[in-house]
Amino acid sequence: MSSNWVEVCAADDIDEEDVIRFDHEGRTFAVYRSPDDEYFATDGLCTHEHIHLADGLVMDDIIECPKHNGRFNYKTGQAKGAPVCVNLKTYPVKVEAGSVFIAIS
Amino acid sequence: MSHIVIVGAGECGARAAFALREKGFEGEITLIGAEPHLPYERPPLSKSGLAGAEPPKYVAGPERYEEAGITLLTGASVEAIDRPRKAVQLADGRTIDYDRLLLATGARPRVLQGVPDNAERIRMLRTHADALAIRGALAPGRKLAIIGGGFIGLELAATARKLGAEVVLIEGLPRVLCRGVPEEIAAVVAERHRQEGVEIVCDARIAALEAGDNGARILFADGASRLADLIIVGIGAVPNTELAEAAGLLVENGIAVDETLRTSDPDIYAAGDCCSFPLSHYGGRRVRLEAWRNAQEQGTLAAANLLGVAEPVASVPWFWSDQYELTLQIAGLADGAATTVRRDLTDGAFILFHLDGEGRLVAASGIGPGNAVARDIRLAEMLIAAGSRPDPTALSSPETKLKKLLAA
Repeated sequence: MSSNWVEVCAADDIDEEDVIRFDHEGRTFAVYRSPDDEYFATDGLCTHEHIHLADGLVMDDIIECPKHNGRFNYKTGQAKGAPVCVNLKTYPVKVEAGSVFIAIS
Repeated sequence: MSHIVIVGAGECGARAAFALREKGFEGEITLIGAEPHLPYERPPLSKSGLAGAEPPKYVAGPERYEEAGITLLTGASVEAIDRPRKAVQLADGRTIDYDRLLLATGARPRVLQGVPDNAERIRMLRTHADALAIRGALAPGRKLAIIGGGFIGLELAATARKLGAEVVLIEGLPRVLCRGVPEEIAAVVAERHRQEGVEIVCDARIAALEAGDNGARILFADGASRLADLIIVGIGAVPNTELAEAAGLLVENGIAVDETLRTSDPDIYAAGDCCSFPLSHYGGRRVRLEAWRNAQEQGTLAAANLLGVAEPVASVPWFWSDQYELTLQIAGLADGAATTVRRDLTDGAFILFHLDGEGRLVAASGIGPGNAVARDIRLAEMLIAAGSRPDPTALSSPETKLKKLLAA
């Protein structure tokens, strides 16, 4: 499967242990920065009711949906129990020259 | 233990059934529900579920019950609990033995005295069938009268306006959302409804409702009256405790359970809207919550405790409401608050933090477009759970991240 690296933002635009929304060509993603300065990306909408995850709370490897508290491990995309049961798709992330890129397949 | 029976196939009962399997229970699970549907989510009924007249949003598809080995009995009413025999009796004559029983019987709409039975022009909303019936009566130009300015009434009003119906909302108290919602937030909600053309009538005294083939009428105590195509009564809910009462279980504003959700019978637990429980964050006061997340969390907790874990309820009450583009979220109970601190966010969103006399955060209420307040309310919930006494100045400043207060 081919991938396209797409620039998201400057690395410092995402706070530690936080998430931003990134829209690209009609798709929406959530891009995360962990407390130890690693970056991750997932689909941007909760698999329960398609709420923007970037409005949610990041804590301890978990993104929690702002509406119904569905939880996912943002590093693996794994759903962590009701009300969500479908995992998030994850995307490779790299930081180059101070910018964050995600690979959109 | 070989058989756990769950009475009530709503969010709470269904969540408990799946949680039993997730926690490793290998015995028989029977989930009994009175409605003909698979367990479904009720929050959409007054919102998108009503607007779209779609099928119910199921908690899980039928294949998941089969995969989990859960026997789901729909359209089945439980008539009695035979505690000495440890069995439930169904209306169709069947008897189902249990080793442990979970009552997740929920709540039903409070009835307005004097309302004629089965009047098609006067409805209440609790089930998918109710939502379909209401949806069928809403269209541009139709006149809808809603009695009750609580969440159900207001969410219905917003949805009905989206569908083009004319709406008058009638509340007996001096303002909408009188119970548990601060006046500043209720005022925002009321103003938004007025902008959308909803007429709000407060301090109303209703003498009677009348329904005919062509409409329904509200008669007020002062002699005035209102004609509508449909009247919806949304004046709160009462817990379904009849089975428990008849079985001799302790009932106190709901089926009374201890902090582990166990009733006065050690083999019977209760969870969700139907039960009252001691809330440790508020001095052990007994509360009953009608909230979606509470139903989920208590279903999961009950499953663990049915299996012998004996873990206490530790969550902070939390609920939300969507009306138009606004979302309101409340964490905690504000009625013991001594002071309130306001934090203004962007786009008109704001949060009120409620502190008790000792400076402890006891509740946070917020409103704004979309999910503007969600993250801070969630963090406030954690601060409440931690018994925090945050600096009021820090709370009032949007520059101060609540996550930092949590870490402090």
